[in-house]
Amino acid sequence: MKESKVDVRNLSFYYGTNIALKDISMIIPENKVTAFIGPSGCGKSTFLRTLNRMNDLIDNTRVEGDVLIDDVNIYEKNIDVVNLRKKVGMIFQKSNPFAKSIYDNIAYGPRINGMKDKEELDEIVEVSLKQAAIWDEVKDRLHMSALSLSGGQQQRICIARTLAVNPEIILMDEPASALDPISTSKIEELIHELKKVYTIIIVTHNMQQAARTSDFTAFFYLGELVEMDKTKTIFTNPGKKQTEDYISGRFG
Amino acid sequence: MPMQPKRKIPIPGRVFKDVMVKSLTGLTVVLITGIIVAILIITVAGGWKNLTWEFLTQFPKDGMTRGGIFPALVGTALMTLIMTIAAVPFGVITAIYLSEYASEQSVFAKTIRFAVKTLAVVPSIIFGLFGLGFFIKFIGFNIDNAFNGGELRWGQPNILWASLTMALLTLPVVIVSVEEAIKTIPRDMREASLALGATQWQTIKNVVLPGSLTGILTGTILAISRGAGEVAPILFTGAAYYVAELPTSLNQQFMSLGYHIYIMSTQSTNVDETLPIQYATTLVLLLLTFSLSLIAVILRYRIRKKAI
Repeated sequence: MKESKVDVRNLSFYYGTNIALKDISMIIPENKVTAFIGPSGCGKSTFLRTLNRMNDLIDNTRVEGDVLIDDVNIYEKNIDVVNLRKKVGMIFQKSNPFAKSIYDNIAYGPRINGMKDKEELDEIVEVSLKQAAIWDEVKDRLHMSALSLSGGQQQRICIARTLAVNPEIILMDEPASALDPISTSKIEELIHELKKVYTIIIVTHNMQQAARTSDFTAFFYLGELVEMDKTKTIFTNPGKKQTEDYISGRFG
Repeated sequence: MPMQPKRKIPIPGRVFKDVMVKSLTGLTVVLITGIIVAILIITVAGGWKNLTWEFLTQFPKDGMTRGGIFPALVGTALMTLIMTIAAVPFGVITAIYLSEYASEQSVFAKTIRFAVKTLAVVPSIIFGLFGLGFFIKFIGFNIDNAFNGGELRWGQPNILWASLTMALLTLPVVIVSVEEAIKTIPRDMREASLALGATQWQTIKNVVLPGSLTGILTGTILAISRGAGEVAPILFTGAAYYVAELPTSLNQQFMSLGYHIYIMSTQSTNVDETLPIQYATTLVLLLLTFSLSLIAVILRYRIRKKAI
């Protein structure tokens, strides 16, 4: 097993002239769950979105430094962003299924890649829904609108939709922050299962969630990476005082 | 000792204001509805007797004092069709560019937006003059000189130039309403698609356009219904006082409902005698534009229902 999946070197990010990320370097290991924590506005979501170049969509932004995924710098000029995003999937804070049927939501990714074969699509849809632990709940109503499902179910549909593209890395931007505790624990169980196959990076506001789900934790503050270590170490014996203060609830 | 309020609150004054505002808004509603109802009653009362199958399917007769409005009806339909074919794709493409591709700060996009806004407030008669100068005198004449040895075929008013002029008039309305419709698709939906490795065009085609279809359709239908009743832009660009035959080619003149009403009420040999025809033509035009609006409303309702 390869040690490093994502290797970030001296990454800075600007919104106009405002600096949002300052000189961040970190190594994210393969087939582990890495959590990003920190107070609102600390740059953790912005950082997450630099890993699949989602920030490209925002006008007037600038990136400095390198992000190497499997030793390839994704900010090189000749990088195909479309291929990058197939490899690096993303789950958003607010579940965002398309106003299409459950089936068409999952089949969306394979279809835009040119897959037309009905049987193959059927299989991908079933496998992805099973992987996202929602197959049993929706198998009898695959052709109903995905919007008719509950919030927690919608989020798992979004996860299944991402899995259908067969990514290697899954970025999760506070995936459970809008969900009730039962749905949240389902998502967390799912993360535990998924890390066997995928490299998962999760942004969370919920410290317990980071502690429960992740192998490594990175603490961000004011656009800087304060420290990153094994989750156990961060939560029991953090190296920096700022980290300790945040984790123990003294600020943030 | 009973408690005394320190300061009297002038309740009657507030109540009075409340009643005033309420009655004023109510009055406005009554006034506006009243105008619409009055127009409808007058038109229906004056026109319904004359609104027969023959009226709709016959050519005008006896120096246009009798007969029907068939050529005007067909002319309006054809003109609306050509106008739609010209304006809608153009408008949709511009709106897609403005909302999906152009950056907010780009000078180019700002220029287009400014141009669209300005076009929307240009009086319709100016469009007519532009059509005459640009389509007929410039393009038409040059086509004739280049291909027809100077013989007058395209350098004169016809249904194509009239429809294109009308398309220019409706274009800003189409662009604005389509852009508004596209904007209703939340950013998350686009991001969801892009994050799955879709290209921008795939995202527009599979997520943005299907999601905003209702708005696009209603917007364009309303723009079309506005164009269908306009007279000024086609005055010099293609509308005819009378044609003996339906247009069979794009370089022929045509009759239109709006223009027909205008000439019947101002240029007719006997205005009083043709009054029933005027009423009935007006009624047909109103019914036409109302049914277009109705289609827009039904479409909106049906697609909304389907989405949920």
